[in-house]
Parts: sequence; C-alpha cells; structure tokens
Amino acid sequence: MRSLFFILEKEFRQMRRRKGLIRTLFIAPIIQLILMPLAANYSVKNISLVVVDHDHSSTSREMVAKITSSGHFNLYATSESNKEALSYVEHDKADLVLEIPPHFERNLVRENSEKLSVEINAIEGVKAGLAGAYLSQILLDYNADIRERFLPPTHQAFVFRIIPIHWYNVFLNYYLYIIPGILVNLVTGIGLMQTAFNLVNEKEIGTIEQINVTPVKKFWFILGKLLPFYILSAIIFSVGLLVGFVFYGMVPVGSIATMYIALLDFLFALVGFGLLLSTYAESQQQVMSLAFFFMNILNMMSGLFTNLDSMPAWAQFITNCFPLSHFIKAMRMICLKGSGLADITPHLLYMFAIGLVFNTWAVLNYKKRS
Amino acid sequence: MIEVNNIVKTYNKGKVKALNGISFSVGKGEVLGLIGPDGAGKTSLFRILTTLLLPDSGEAQVNNFHVVTNFNDIRTCVGYMPGRFSLYLDLTVEENLHFFATVFNTTIEENYHLIKDIYEQLQPFKERKAGKLSGGMKQKLALCCALIHKPAVLFLDEPTTGVDVVSRKEFWQMLGRLKEQGLTILVSTPYMDEALLCDRIAFMHKGDILSINTPKEILASFHRELFAIKTTKTFQLLNALRSLPDTYTCFAFGESIHWVPKIHTTPSALQSIIQALDENATLEKINPTLEDCFIDLLNQPNASSN
Repeated sequence: MRSLFFILEKEFRQMRRRKGLIRTLFIAPIIQLILMPLAANYSVKNISLVVVDHDHSSTSREMVAKITSSGHFNLYATSESNKEALSYVEHDKADLVLEIPPHFERNLVRENSEKLSVEINAIEGVKAGLAGAYLSQILLDYNADIRERFLPPTHQAFVFRIIPIHWYNVFLNYYLYIIPGILVNLVTGIGLMQTAFNLVNEKEIGTIEQINVTPVKKFWFILGKLLPFYILSAIIFSVGLLVGFVFYGMVPVGSIATMYIALLDFLFALVGFGLLLSTYAESQQQVMSLAFFFMNILNMMSGLFTNLDSMPAWAQFITNCFPLSHFIKAMRMICLKGSGLADITPHLLYMFAIGLVFNTWAVLNYKKRS
Repeated sequence: MIEVNNIVKTYNKGKVKALNGISFSVGKGEVLGLIGPDGAGKTSLFRILTTLLLPDSGEAQVNNFHVVTNFNDIRTCVGYMPGRFSLYLDLTVEENLHFFATVFNTTIEENYHLIKDIYEQLQPFKERKAGKLSGGMKQKLALCCALIHKPAVLFLDEPTTGVDVVSRKEFWQMLGRLKEQGLTILVSTPYMDEALLCDRIAFMHKGDILSINTPKEILASFHRELFAIKTTKTFQLLNALRSLPDTYTCFAFGESIHWVPKIHTTPSALQSIIQALDENATLEKINPTLEDCFIDLLNQPNASSN
C-alpha cells in the first residue's frame, strides 16, 4: 500500500516533466472540440439547386421560392433545358435538378395532378438521401397548401399533416448530439493510447527489470501506473465539457455526478484495455499499431458516426462488447434526456463487466518474471 | 551466500540452450567474476538468480532463499544492476535514488553510509536528469540505486561495459570497499584486467562453466610454454603458423601473436621455425594472461564436446 504512494509520486513527477504531453493532452482536445462539431455536421445545408422551369407560371415560381427559402437549398441557376442543367451536375456545380414540366399550373388545376422530375447527384450518399427527403417534404407541404387554395371547401379531402416533435432535442440541434460523442472519442484516444504507451515505455527503456526485482507487489505497481491516467482522462473530460458549454452553450440536462460515475466506469474498462495491450507489446511501435487498429474499430462501431440499431445483429453484438458504445449512449442519455443512474444502469453494468474482464486478463498476463 | 545446483535453462522450447546444468557456490563477502563470450549464458544466470527468470530445472539459493519458491524474500535482499542502464532517464539523480529507496521501504538517509563514497561524486549533479549523465556517472548512479536498500548480495551484469578507463578503475575500487563491508558480489565483465581483481573467476562458455578458480590458480594451471611473436605481417604469419603441425594454439593478441607450440625444444630452434616464415619476426617467451588460459580451456577436448 505504501509503495503505491511512491509509485504515484514518481509517475506524476514524470508526467509533469513531459511538457509535450501536457500540451497535447489539453490543447488538442480543446481545438478538436471547437472545430470538429462545426465540421462534422450531419444537417445538410447549401444544396445547390438548378431549376428547369418550362412552365413559367406563378405557381411554379412560388414553389421554387418556397424551396429556396427553406434554408437547405441554394438556387445555383435556372436553365431552359434539362441537358444544360445536367451539365451543371456533371461539373459538380449542382447537386439537384428540379424540372417543372410545361403547363404545370394548368394541368394541376384541370386534372388535379401533375408530375415533377427531380434528379439528384448521388456521389455522396448521405447528402443525396437527405436532399431528396428535404425536397419531397417541402413539396408535400406546398401541395397541401395549393389544395386548400384551388379546391372549394366542400370538395376538400382529408389531408394528413405530420408535425414531428423532436423530444429531448427539440430543434434537432446537431451539436447537442455530436459533442458528447466527440468528447467520448477524445477521452478514449488519450486514455487508451497514453496508458498503453506508459507501461510499454518502462519495458522499452528497461526500468521494468529494476521494478521487477523490487519487492513491490504487481497489483500496486499496476494500480500506480493506471491511476494517473484515470485522473488525466477525467481532467480532459472536464475541459471538454467546459468547452462544450462555452462555445456551444451545451448544458447537460442530467446530473453532472451521474455523468462522472459513468465516466469512471468507462475509464475502468478503457484503461484496463490499454493495460492489456501493453502487456502484449514489447515496444512503443508495437503498441502504437495495436492501439491504432483497435481505435479505428472502436470509433467506427461506437455509434459516434453511424447508427447502432441499423447494424446487423453480429455487429451489434460486437459493439456491445466494447465500452465505447455504452458510454456514448449513456452520455447522450444524460446530456439530452436527463437520465438518472437507474436509467443508465444497464450500460454501467456492461462497462463494468467489460472492465473486469480486461483488467483481470491484463493483470494475469503481466508477469514479474518469465 | 549463493548456491547454484545444476541449473538448466533453455529458450524457444528447448531449441536454444542457455545454461546446461551449471553448479557453483559463492561465499559471504566473496567477489565472483563471470567471464565468457556473448551468448555464454551470463545474463540468463543473473536473471535466474534475481528471480526474473524461471529455470527449467535445477536449484539455486541466494542468501538461503530459494529462487523459485522464496522469490519475494530474495527481492528484498539483493541488488541488481542490469547490463543496460535502466533507471528513469527523466528523473534526476536524487529522484531516482529516492524512488528506489522508497520502493524498498527505506530512505536515503538510513543507508547513506553504504553509498557515501559513490554518491559524493554524484553530489554536484544531483539535480541533473539521469538521461543527461555521462556513462561513468550513470553506472555510479545505478550502483547507488542497487545498494540503497542494503542488499546482502549484489548482482552486476557487465557494469563497466562502455565506461572509460578511469571510471572503470574507480568502479572496481568501490566494489573492493563494498566487499570489505561483507557484501557478496557476482559480477560479469568482458575485461580480463577486471577479472583479475575478483576473488574467483568462472569461465563460462555456451552455457557451461569451464573452470572456476582463483585468478592465481587459473594462471598457474597453464602448463605449456607461451611465446609472443612480434611481426609486421600478422595475418600471413597467423595463417602460416596455424597450418604448422607443431602449433598447438595460435591467435592474435593486440599487436603480437600468442603462440603455443606442441614441442619442447630450445628457443633458438623455435626462433628458426618462425624466421623461416617471416624473417623479421621476433620471438619472446611470456607468462600467460587470463585470456591465454581461457583459450587454452576452450581447446581442451571436454570443452569442445559440449
């Protein structure tokens, strides 16, 4: 027990010496948290639109105005021919072509129906899907409007209007959704990499030999090596929360205490994983490749960028075995929904079980002698 | 203090033999020097005795503790200085010493008398980081760290390799003083002049101990006549001598050739053999060095059969 204190004293002393470490640990997260939410944005804006209006009626003009005023679309050009309009798409100037047929307004009034043609550049799948969805939503709205206008009240059919209310994130504020995710991502990167590096570093410079011939018990030694990274990761997490508040006005709905309980639970699993990697690696280069490999999988399968529920069953099973997806979910629940301890208990238990496996495995695999 | 009994160690599932069942013992206050080429098994032996490595078979005791079962007791009473400098480079001299004192549950003050001589030389640099020390200073610091918990046995794996001549000399003077205080020391070295300072020397080769004895007796056990030949054409003469039926051993030693002939004859007869090969060469009978003895041991039939 006493030796733990001396190991910690040494670790913090070394940590303080590494000026580069402190710099990367604090400045990088701050910069990333300020820039990333702005860049990594899912709500598609600035879709360039080309309109081919063969009708030139007041209805068609009103419809285009309605589309461009939605905020999602920029009218890049109007064109007289479909061919010209498509050439804009080919030159990557436009994303979407809306073609309004001749006599659009007349047919609409006389025959009660008319077709519109929409062509979307699908090179970027997400953008294409969203652009199409936005556009059809606007057109449906407009359709309902003109029905009311042209048909006499007695002839009006029943019209559904769907007005979605986005619970927990009323304005679908993208930042509120992405910031907890990016924060988790940062803590993961630093917690995993630094823990793994730290222990391997002792192997590489040979000091582990010296430690191994001392009577220090391996449990205390490992704990002494890990504790600083719990603290470090918690500090970075706090810095990140502060950045989220200052720059994006993000105030977690749930309690901060619950959040930190989830954080500690997550770090238990994460740091255990870093430790496990370092028991298998002999050099920093090895551990770097290992950590990099797992970081990629963790990030892609964490639910940070993609939706977990749309993954195949086997992939969902794998994500459940990683602590990251649980923590991201728990964080979003706490931040947006104000979930309490009881609500996130399943995630806490998952993370704790994962942590227990990683840590036990690592301690068993770390031997003071070969 | 150290009892080694038939220790065997292999690597790669028995393919590489590091130690082929070696036995020896070291008494209290004795300095035993381990000498042998790279791959002789010196470091494996050190690692087994310091409980870092498990032997395949055999028994060993250090300070009456068994290396396999009582490893925890051994770790409190031995000091180990690995061949590679392995202290924290980003901690200062004083911080390194403080750390190793505390993990052994002691303080620098408590055992300062043990390291006083050595540490006084480090005193001016105590605020300097260990990574910025010179080679000799690093070794002194490593020795201090290995001594700070007052070990009964000291294991030094090539402590002076890569250290300048003056520092090497000082280092061995320190070892002499530690020995006077009753410390048992097992030290390996590639330098024969250092081996002469040990109480006893063990010659190791390919996992065996070829001979273990005092330097004096090892030198006395060399029964043949040894000649040093000075020549300007070392390489040609070496080849010519080796193909001579009268040659027992012959190897280059610094600027001269050490030659052990099989025949007992007058110096002038030998001189004529040499001059037949190189007329400018001169011949002189000399006393054997440890290296001559080592090469002689390697050439004995029972050594090469292993």
